[in-house]
Amino acid sequence: MNPLTALPDPDRATMQRLHARLVEAAAADDTLDLVYRTVDTPLGSLLLAATPAGLVRVAYESQDHDAVLATLADRISPRVLRAPARLDTVARELDDYFAGRRHTFELPLDLQLAHGFRREVLTHLRDIGYGSTASYAVVAAATGRPKAVRAVGTACAVNPLPIVIPCHRVVRSDGSTGAYVGGVPAKQTLLDLEAA
Amino acid sequence: MSLPPFETVVAEHGAVVLRVCRAVLGPDDAEDAWSETFLAALRAYPRLRPDSNVRAWLVTIAHRKAIDGYRARRRAALPVAELPHEPATSDVYQLPDPALDTAVQALPHKQRQVVAYRYLADLSYGDIAAIVGGTETAARRSAADGIATLRRTYVPEESPT
Repeated sequence: MNPLTALPDPDRATMQRLHARLVEAAAADDTLDLVYRTVDTPLGSLLLAATPAGLVRVAYESQDHDAVLATLADRISPRVLRAPARLDTVARELDDYFAGRRHTFELPLDLQLAHGFRREVLTHLRDIGYGSTASYAVVAAATGRPKAVRAVGTACAVNPLPIVIPCHRVVRSDGSTGAYVGGVPAKQTLLDLEAA
Repeated sequence: MSLPPFETVVAEHGAVVLRVCRAVLGPDDAEDAWSETFLAALRAYPRLRPDSNVRAWLVTIAHRKAIDGYRARRRAALPVAELPHEPATSDVYQLPDPALDTAVQALPHKQRQVVAYRYLADLSYGDIAAIVGGTETAARRSAADGIATLRRTYVPEESPT
């Protein structure tokens, strides 16, 4: 046995302090490309990720937060650190939303994960107000491509910013709820919350 | 194959790198060296080959950026050799046994580096030689000498029975 095994591992508080220092230094140095945190909501833990441009990703637990982070590292940048304080505003607005105190999000968004028609659909989704719904067909018509109903469905299914960009407000023409990235029960919960 | 989020690198190797900095530099400079190392690593991270030995890469950065340079900078900043030694600030993590600290700090600088890279970071002698210079054989001998010295100079406190 070597005598250095007597050197203890640094305690948790020390590592947390150094981590916080690293986040500060990296942000000041413009080398922090992506920060993330989780937030507890009535729909479970949500992953929030932001670039310097704005919120770039919201993900449900069912989407596997680790897998989502790995994809973000791959698609945006591997310079990723957990930095809860830098996402405090987002977390607070979500808290207020789930408490029924907030009807619109006032957050800078980074839409770089959506391209082409899907991105266009997202901008139209933002026009559907709190408490109201629109059918996939109506959204398709709003984009100027009334036949692209399926493509609208796909755009909703891969929405990188669920809840904040309200794809849950898009329902079937027959009034039924339709599919949802966070699962149908989550969609129903959001619609009920907004109808209250 | 792609790089995992840098957060994973900090989580997996942060403590080991701090122990290395702590052993080589002592309590006063360890945390600054750690911070400098991880900021430099974050900057360079996108260019790292995904199949790299991440711990060896981090220790290499620590060695170049912090561990080697730090003492030189401190010497330059403190031209008066007889300045009283300031006690470690309270936020630096403390060893339960100061005798180990004294024994490790008494090793020659390069021997202390090799011992830390081998016995704390668990690097191969090939990696160590690449980091500190010299041959693999020399690194191996240096580590053996260092550990032999520590076994001689460090007497653990009696643990209560």
